[in-house]
Amino acid sequence: MAEEKKKKVIIHNKTPMPAQDPVARSRNFQEVALGYTEEDARLEAGRCLQCKNEPCRQGCPVEVNIPAFIKLIQEGDLDGAIARIKENNPLPAVCGRVCPQESQCEKYCTLGAKHDPVGIGRLERFVADRELGLGVTLPGKAASTGKKVAVVGSGPSGLTCASDLAKLGHAVTVFEALHVAGGVLMYGIPEFRLPKRVVQAEVENVKKLGVEIQVNSVIGRIDTVDELLERYDAVYLGTGAGLPYFMDIPGENACGVYSANEFLTRTNLMKAYLFPECDTPIRVGSRVAVLGGGNVAMDAARTALRLGASESWIVYRRSEAELPARHEEYEHAREEGVKFSFLTAPTRILEDDKGWVTGMECLRCELGEPDASGRRSPVTVCGSEFVLPVDVVVVAIGQGPNPLVPRTTKGLALTKRGNIVADESGATSKPGVYAGGDVVTGAATVILAAGAGKAAARSIHRHLTGATA
Amino acid sequence: MYKVLKKTELAPSILDLYVIEAPKVAAKARAGQFIILRIDGQGERIPLTIADFDREKGTVTLVAQRAGKTTTQMGKLRAGDSIADFVGPLGEPTHIENYGRVVTVGGGVGVAPTHPIARALKEAGNEVISIIGARTRDLLFWEEEMRKVCTRLLVTTDDGSYVRKGFVTDVLKEVMDEKKPDLVVAIGPQPMMRAVCNLTREYGVKTIVSLNSIMVDGTGMCGCCRVTVGGKTRFVCVDGPDFDGHEVDFAELARRSALYREQEKDSLDRYTQRCQCHGGEH
Repeated sequence: MAEEKKKKVIIHNKTPMPAQDPVARSRNFQEVALGYTEEDARLEAGRCLQCKNEPCRQGCPVEVNIPAFIKLIQEGDLDGAIARIKENNPLPAVCGRVCPQESQCEKYCTLGAKHDPVGIGRLERFVADRELGLGVTLPGKAASTGKKVAVVGSGPSGLTCASDLAKLGHAVTVFEALHVAGGVLMYGIPEFRLPKRVVQAEVENVKKLGVEIQVNSVIGRIDTVDELLERYDAVYLGTGAGLPYFMDIPGENACGVYSANEFLTRTNLMKAYLFPECDTPIRVGSRVAVLGGGNVAMDAARTALRLGASESWIVYRRSEAELPARHEEYEHAREEGVKFSFLTAPTRILEDDKGWVTGMECLRCELGEPDASGRRSPVTVCGSEFVLPVDVVVVAIGQGPNPLVPRTTKGLALTKRGNIVADESGATSKPGVYAGGDVVTGAATVILAAGAGKAAARSIHRHLTGATA
Repeated sequence: MYKVLKKTELAPSILDLYVIEAPKVAAKARAGQFIILRIDGQGERIPLTIADFDREKGTVTLVAQRAGKTTTQMGKLRAGDSIADFVGPLGEPTHIENYGRVVTVGGGVGVAPTHPIARALKEAGNEVISIIGARTRDLLFWEEEMRKVCTRLLVTTDDGSYVRKGFVTDVLKEVMDEKKPDLVVAIGPQPMMRAVCNLTREYGVKTIVSLNSIMVDGTGMCGCCRVTVGGKTRFVCVDGPDFDGHEVDFAELARRSALYREQEKDSLDRYTQRCQCHGGEH
């Protein structure tokens, strides 16, 4: 057996992901990555070495049994593969698309040392999409515990927490502020990266576990957390990073300046790209500058092109090497024609007499000493002022925690930045109240939020029943 | 879905009153707060200030002026129809205490949201003088309703077609000359609120205005509604809608409110044409 393994021929490269042509896709909202065929999936699964020590598993915040599901694909048991994933992850079609696998599971793949790691995310997406097409088998569910839990926010964290709690036999109600469930998966991440029908299909699967989702319910207004505690045995807060940061430079309230949250929400949630068939308008502009270098900035810049902008710029204070965006997102943006102005710090937004943006005054930067984040910090160069002629500016420099729940909840400890303080199990300073995801960590990834939801579900279960999940 | 229990035209084809079945919103609504609604699956999210609420009946009353596509489409609703989404109460309620002598000023459709505020102020022990005004007699509404919730009601029309000729600011000036009030609350079109603030600034009377900026989510998430107040950027949806009117940058507010004027016009024209093609049916 050991002899046989040694002889296994390793295919150096990941099986390529079929994708839309860059020029065509930069003008439409259809999904960029088209997904593996069954043949692609078999081929890619065949690359997995089935390592005994399972290094990939340590990289998965929701603890998916990765070698097991890949083995099932190798054996042709595709139903079994998705069932195995869903034991741990209620959102596989979402995670297969938007997880930064290169810094999670695939980072630890043995193959990765000398070759491309196994395309774990692509395989996850393949079996998840296949199941969504065929109809879903529900995971097993424990007998009712008689306990009730309220989950605030229906983003990745809330949905994962709700799903796990429902599987453990608790009655779960999710409260969502917007008119549709999914949180950032619906309003933030663009259709071309994460089709909304995929999100809604996974939301439906969570509902099928018995989770009740109440949309149009802003906690902090319609009910406070304290009022929820009168009706529920525990509360989980997964309210996300719903507070846009601005640069605090002159001209930022000019007409044509958007937060990335607004720009993306108008487009994704409200479907402004279908205006006037859909009622919500958006100002596209012909030249768009997006400030920031993260995934949200890439999403906004790529969205601007699809909305019809002739030029879409990413304006970032540091250099290419420090870009916080996933490499794949950066590459996709470049392929589609997004332009990059690195080492550039905006200082002022210029406007005409009616208040419309006409340009952005910037300074060139050099990289100085590393800052607290370990990245070299930008230092502006005196006298390097120049004007970038743009008519729309999108500020994508990060989001803070939405203040509505913290403001209206007594006895909830917060950090200086307003994030909710919670330990690894999700417990906050307030008895019976748990929190996780971006509202605790600051803006991070879908999968970390889902992982926090999972950890909290486990500790809520222990709190309610005394049993270990 | 949220059922329309009652729909009446306060001014034919211009001003509509809606009573919406929304018991949870009604249970928590307080004077000065607003709701956001979305009429159907293709609809935009628009904020409307709460004109009244009945906790026992579980209803929220709104008054809307037909201005854009959504309010025009709403005008076609009848009792028994439904609205897809209705979320609230949003925003901070108006701060109510016993100030002493308070003047509420409602202009046009802004008369409606002054109603619950005047009521709450009177219940808190204030002497409440309410001024209501409209461009012309046909656009004036709730004279009797307002009379019930204030100490003294003063009515004016811009064109003099009813009671007297003059702007609400003319009446306010007379009231302030009579005896300086401790607080003014002004709600109406932006130019009116701005004019009220300019006047009360001269008299040194603190003035609260309720801002009606463009919004998407209404929970502080998008920043679309941002406005400069006292030199700082504030979000109308979570920090307001009430602000100290003397601190508000009305010029910026006006520019930002006109952001989508072209698209709004296109959308409305398209909708009106489609309605005509379908013989007035939507």
